[in-house]
Amino acid sequence: MSRGTLIDLLYLFSATTFVVALKGLGSPRHARRGNMVAAFGMLVAIVATFFKYVDAHALHHVGLILLAMFIGLIVAVPTARYIKMTAMPQLVAIFNGVGGGAAALVSITEFVHIKSTHPATYVTLEVLLGVLIGTFSFAGSAIAFAKLQELMTGRPITYPGQQIINAAVGFVALALIVLILVTASTALLWILFAIAFVLGIIFVLPIGGADVPVLISLLNAFTGLAVAASGFTLGSNLLIVAGTLVGASGILLTRLMSKAMGRSLSNVLFSAFGSKITASGATTRADGLSVRSGSPEDVAILLGFASRVVFIPGYGLAVSQGQHVLRELAELLESRGVEVVYAIHPVAGRMPGHMNVLLAEANVPYEQLVEMDEANSALQTADIALVVGANDTVNPAAHDDPGSPIYGMPIIHADLAENVVFLKRSMRPGFAGIENDLLYNPKTTLVFGDAKDTLTKIVAAVKAS
Amino acid sequence: MVNALLQYATVLMLAIFVGIEIIAKVPSILHTPLMSGSNAIHGVILVGSMLILGGANSNLQEVLGFLAVILATMNVVGGFVVTDRMLEMFKPKTPGPKSSKSDGAAS
Repeated sequence: MSRGTLIDLLYLFSATTFVVALKGLGSPRHARRGNMVAAFGMLVAIVATFFKYVDAHALHHVGLILLAMFIGLIVAVPTARYIKMTAMPQLVAIFNGVGGGAAALVSITEFVHIKSTHPATYVTLEVLLGVLIGTFSFAGSAIAFAKLQELMTGRPITYPGQQIINAAVGFVALALIVLILVTASTALLWILFAIAFVLGIIFVLPIGGADVPVLISLLNAFTGLAVAASGFTLGSNLLIVAGTLVGASGILLTRLMSKAMGRSLSNVLFSAFGSKITASGATTRADGLSVRSGSPEDVAILLGFASRVVFIPGYGLAVSQGQHVLRELAELLESRGVEVVYAIHPVAGRMPGHMNVLLAEANVPYEQLVEMDEANSALQTADIALVVGANDTVNPAAHDDPGSPIYGMPIIHADLAENVVFLKRSMRPGFAGIENDLLYNPKTTLVFGDAKDTLTKIVAAVKAS
Repeated sequence: MVNALLQYATVLMLAIFVGIEIIAKVPSILHTPLMSGSNAIHGVILVGSMLILGGANSNLQEVLGFLAVILATMNVVGGFVVTDRMLEMFKPKTPGPKSSKSDGAAS
């Protein structure tokens, strides 16, 4: 068997592991093994590549390749290993972005490399698509990272004529592609690179923080497509298969995610959701309703009379790192015979499933985490719904008020419980920027303050009582 | 050359259908790990980056290829490590002696 055939066989093996891995990642029992399988397949592909011939010679610059890999390794491993779990969405964004950047660079370099041989038009087209999509994904992910890391505002950034300007820039990019196809100019390719960069940025600016996870999923799919485009240029089945798998499954996943939020993908991408803050943020509203605030001790007394409690955690809990104290409170209550469950909204936290990860990290038993439908039936008989750092996911406007921007989003019906307790930092509205009537409901008690501090005080008060 | 293109296009079409079929039913709690895992898989661009740098015959190509390998390595390594870290949390908590550290969390 020739060297080339053997390497291609190994690539085929890798491509197969990726399919198996993606399948595994979709089931809770096989997910971790699936990831390992893909990592092994990747390793095989990388090692095999060292023995590949390019332009009929062995790989040049092997030292440089190893050096670059080493640099990538020492940057990525500590970052991935030691960053807090709350920052996970940002990490996915940034690792996705660098992949897009790599795909764009591969396409550009290949263009420079083969230009002298006057490649066929379709080869140039593949290069251009790789550059456009890869760079777009890189720039978009960078902005998504900045939004989630709060290096910039998480609110949508809008300006007049935004959609028209974006469309115009997109049109310029397309025109450039046609022009490059005709002229095969490297200078124009660099301009396309720059335009794709700008396009990625302006596309992401109007997308609010709550929707950024869906966006990351979309950009992830784009990077996959950019990789597939590079695969066409390089003539690599492995890159085409892996890139396309990610692209196709990623686009489907993006749709599933927006569906879990009760919204359409185009609504997520283009509606600048959450840009208008309509919530008054006042403790007394014009219609005379006012919020009732209480102390941690009041909550402890309420809990003392309860026999069924539902915790509804949101991102505020994650920010304050209060998940361990929450678990402590749950155990304390359980030791007194109180039934406790955690109601997990599919988009609680910053990504679907994010809250499950955070609570699992805090050693909350898996059986106590209930999904939305189950939670809503539990709430009908619950004495207390304890909302910790959540807001939009319990907003009754989602099913009461057809005029509300979140109308139709599935929510956790905290309002069904006998009493509702909100632990909130302030009256500031959630990501959606809208009023939550539940805060003004007579059966609601608000406790202001950092979720972790408040929970610690509640635990102390329950212990003392 | 056109035959090769056709072959790649065939692979592309089939991969699209596999990609869609494979995640048709995923529980929402696994959306994030799935996204992260597929993020690691497109890190296969590292193979392309290696070929680019390994075939570079000008300074410009060397610099671009070098950068590409760095970025792609970060994508692969970071992607797999982050996904593993996420999925580690999902492992079923066996009440065996291993979980003695969790001071009887499930009691």
